[in-house]
Amino acid sequence: MMSPQVEIQLIAAVTAAACSLVGTFLVLRRMAMMSDAISHSILLGIVVAFLAVGDLASPWLVLGAAVTGVLTVALVETLHRTRLVKEDAAIGLVFPALFSLGVILLARHAGAVHLDTDVVLLGELAFAPFDRFAPGGTDLGPRSLWMAGGVLLLDAAALALFFKELKLATFDAGLAATLGFAPALIHYGLMSLVSVTAVASFDAVGLVLVVALMVGPPAAAHLLTDRLPRLLGLAVLMGAASAVGGYWLARWLDVSIAGAMAATVGFVFLLALLLAPQRGLVAAARRRATQRLEFALAMLAIHVAQHECGPDAGDECRADRVHLHLHWEPDFSEAVLRAAEQRRLLRREDGLVRLDEAGRDLARGALTR
Amino acid sequence: MSWNDVAAFWSDYTLRTVAAGAAVIGATAGVLGVFAQLRRQSLFGDAVSHAALPGIALVFLLTGSKEPAALVAGAAVTGWLGALCVTGIVRSSRVPADSALGLVLSVFFGVGLMLLTWIQRRPDASQAGLDRFLFGQAATLLTADVATMAVLGGGAVLVLILLWKEFKLLSFDPAFAALLGLPVRRLDILLTGLLVAAVVAGLQAVGVVLMSAMLVAPAAAARQWTDRLAPMAALAALFGAAAGVGGAVASSLTARTPTGPAIVLAATAIVMASLLLAPRRGLLAGVWRRWRRRRDLRLHAVLLDLHALAGQHGDPTAAPHAAAVLRAMAAGGSVRRSLRELADRGWAADAGDDLWTITADGRGEAARFLAAHAADGRPEAAP
Amino acid sequence: MTQPATHPAPAAPHTGAGLAVAVHDLTVAYRDKPVLWDVDLEVPPGLLLAVVGPNGAGKSTLLKAILGLVPAAAGQVLIHGEPLARARDRIGYVPQRGSVDWDFPTSALDVVTMGTYRRLGWVRRPGRREREAALSALERVGMAALADRQISQLSGGQQQRVFLARALVQDTDVTFMDEPFQGVDAVTERAIVDLLKDLRARGRTVVVVHHDLQTVPDYFDWVMLLNVRRIASGPVAEVFTEENLRLAYGGRVGFLERKADPTPAPGGRDDPATSHFGRIRP
Repeated sequence: MMSPQVEIQLIAAVTAAACSLVGTFLVLRRMAMMSDAISHSILLGIVVAFLAVGDLASPWLVLGAAVTGVLTVALVETLHRTRLVKEDAAIGLVFPALFSLGVILLARHAGAVHLDTDVVLLGELAFAPFDRFAPGGTDLGPRSLWMAGGVLLLDAAALALFFKELKLATFDAGLAATLGFAPALIHYGLMSLVSVTAVASFDAVGLVLVVALMVGPPAAAHLLTDRLPRLLGLAVLMGAASAVGGYWLARWLDVSIAGAMAATVGFVFLLALLLAPQRGLVAAARRRATQRLEFALAMLAIHVAQHECGPDAGDECRADRVHLHLHWEPDFSEAVLRAAEQRRLLRREDGLVRLDEAGRDLARGALTR
Repeated sequence: MSWNDVAAFWSDYTLRTVAAGAAVIGATAGVLGVFAQLRRQSLFGDAVSHAALPGIALVFLLTGSKEPAALVAGAAVTGWLGALCVTGIVRSSRVPADSALGLVLSVFFGVGLMLLTWIQRRPDASQAGLDRFLFGQAATLLTADVATMAVLGGGAVLVLILLWKEFKLLSFDPAFAALLGLPVRRLDILLTGLLVAAVVAGLQAVGVVLMSAMLVAPAAAARQWTDRLAPMAALAALFGAAAGVGGAVASSLTARTPTGPAIVLAATAIVMASLLLAPRRGLLAGVWRRWRRRRDLRLHAVLLDLHALAGQHGDPTAAPHAAAVLRAMAAGGSVRRSLRELADRGWAADAGDDLWTITADGRGEAARFLAAHAADGRPEAAP
Repeated sequence: MTQPATHPAPAAPHTGAGLAVAVHDLTVAYRDKPVLWDVDLEVPPGLLLAVVGPNGAGKSTLLKAILGLVPAAAGQVLIHGEPLARARDRIGYVPQRGSVDWDFPTSALDVVTMGTYRRLGWVRRPGRREREAALSALERVGMAALADRQISQLSGGQQQRVFLARALVQDTDVTFMDEPFQGVDAVTERAIVDLLKDLRARGRTVVVVHHDLQTVPDYFDWVMLLNVRRIASGPVAEVFTEENLRLAYGGRVGFLERKADPTPAPGGRDDPATSHFGRIRP
């Protein structure tokens, strides 16, 4: 038997992996807010199913929750199709209504349901090891771990099986339709997976963290790569790492595990946003600095090329006046001119700028690329 | 609710306070929500309201104060920060808006939860009262709270009214606004600020989890009833206030009903009624329109047949035609019923024995119909 | 922040005197990719100028850069000799039709009234005078009867005419139109042409991004051929030549393949014969 500590981390990591897996497609399909909508509305399904069967451990709860998740998607689409409201407004109308119903039912049957709003928001990861899965008296570990593991397997199997279809429907829905892949079917299939995953995770980590885990790691991973398999792998890795990191943060500060996991997801995203090798803000700033000179050289070459044999060449191509035409600071202009001379792009003759063959090539290259 | 309850309601100080507060929140959120919706930022409020949670917790943590004005100020700061994060992420990276929204709302909320649990384990943990910011508790509203909301919300609406034409142009055609020399970026930030104000004003009563619905629902309902911006904003204020009062009062009068969800359900009811019943855009109006168009087509098909038969005779109105002939000509549908309806309109006359004639009016109508449809396909025909 | 190089101008080398629009060395880049390279354009007042070029040539971008709607990496724009900031009262704009939300709760009249906002200044609301001006502009484009329609209930051509009316209300010296003829019906096309001629008769200048080469000689006085750089600009009769069109639209651009030819050409700087870009290689 593992220690509760290890069990909690394992549950968190497996949950995060499952969320990141389905979340990748939500992010790529620009439906990230659907995770928010679904994770909120499934509360209604859980409460209704519980009131019907009276057992918090019943698999009917999962089914009820998954059904409400798909219902949310269907309602949003129906509402959007009336063209009376826009899509984001449709999302914003549907899930608060379903969630409100769930909260009110929960509050009114507070005595009967062993769930309260704190659990809904925070999850009860810290208590997860106490709820054992012990068929026939043999302790096989925490129930949540089995649940999360099962969902992770389900997600992975479904994605592996329909990887090609999902990929096509995500990047080119029109083509997918003409090839007979029924994008609607794939869409609802994916949304069912999202719902089931949300239910399993919600139990352990609460509904807001579900959103963080579904959106954060994939969004961060998408800053690092464009290739779908690598994107999926990175998202899963980052999700699991954030989950474990969040656990230790929570332990260190003695605060909510779910909250700390969400914060860690945010931190990981921030790191990716700043430091991604190509798309990171730091890399972009550095690239811009070097590009500024390259761009200025090309601009100068083109400017001189356009004007050097024109009637106004005497003005347009005067070394001490090009900065006026190009709207540059004189100092910057001089620096660019000097760099250009060094690279043998041009030379100055009688105060006029004359392109060399290399400069002409540069201008031509810039214009025809 | 009986008359006595109503009377008791108006004499009950607490309920009056609650209703006033909820009305202010609903109206403010309704008006600002109109602009959020038109700028396709319906879910922006969701991120802002969730991002407000760490601000509330921080103020309490740093000052130990539960003064509503202080908490609301903290909420506004982090709510605004969340909004800036969303725009900043979208502007500076390839991350699309929906992902940025989801990320910001869940991460800020997670940080808020961390802070709340941190507060909970402090020895002086009298954090009760912060919980109400999650789902809202209108029943605990005091006059001072309502005053805070009114100042904040009223101020936001006032600025909106002052700069109405600028914000309208910004929302409709930002490029044109920039061309006219308006400081588009700064106006955008200001409008976001007003949205933040509207959101944090409502947090105490509706809660961070559901406040965004107050931005979406009244505006969506109002849009169905009018095609003009000012009436839409006024209606959204009205709907928002109605939902606020309805929900807050219902939750105050029934045990164990949190206010936020009650208000949201009231707003949802208004939306559903609007979607169904609105005169022009409403779904029922659409059904009615389609039914009338089908009936018109059916009647005119028979009328035109009658008109064509009559054209084969010398004196067209005199010669009656058998309904059976018309039935043979018609593609389907009950010809006799159509003939009777045509007769009701004075376009056909019953000559007895299942024989019918076209009247002069009917010939006029047939000619008008033919002329109108000959001109179809004119590109200028409005859709 | 996506602009590679922006430097404020210390002084203007061109005065743009006597020109309605003077564009010098305008370079625009999106992210790291240049969309316009070192473009010059000089438009005397009282002319109808068409900007033509293949898709992706940067026609709309040129308009937006002139209007300050996209930042320029370099270059200078003068409207009647004034920089944009001081010339805002003199420029009108008809955007591409797809650029607004047609479901916006606003009427045709309301949209046209927006053309008066600059004159009104901050805070002040449009009153009767503004509404009357808007209504008469709608009348001029034959849309007075539909003034109260919500804009999504208008046909494509009617929507285009609403935006024309808004530019009319602005009553500016120079008007820029982005593909006004795109997807409009014959009636609207006629209305736009009449309007263009009317504006010219009153000494106004109109710069139109245009996609239909056939109608260029009928509708316009001047034409600019653009494909990332300016191929040529000038009177239609001189510039709208097969060779220039080939330069702009197809074939390999042999720009700079030859050494510069220093002889000034008879037709002036825009004469195709002296185009500084050389010839197409077969």
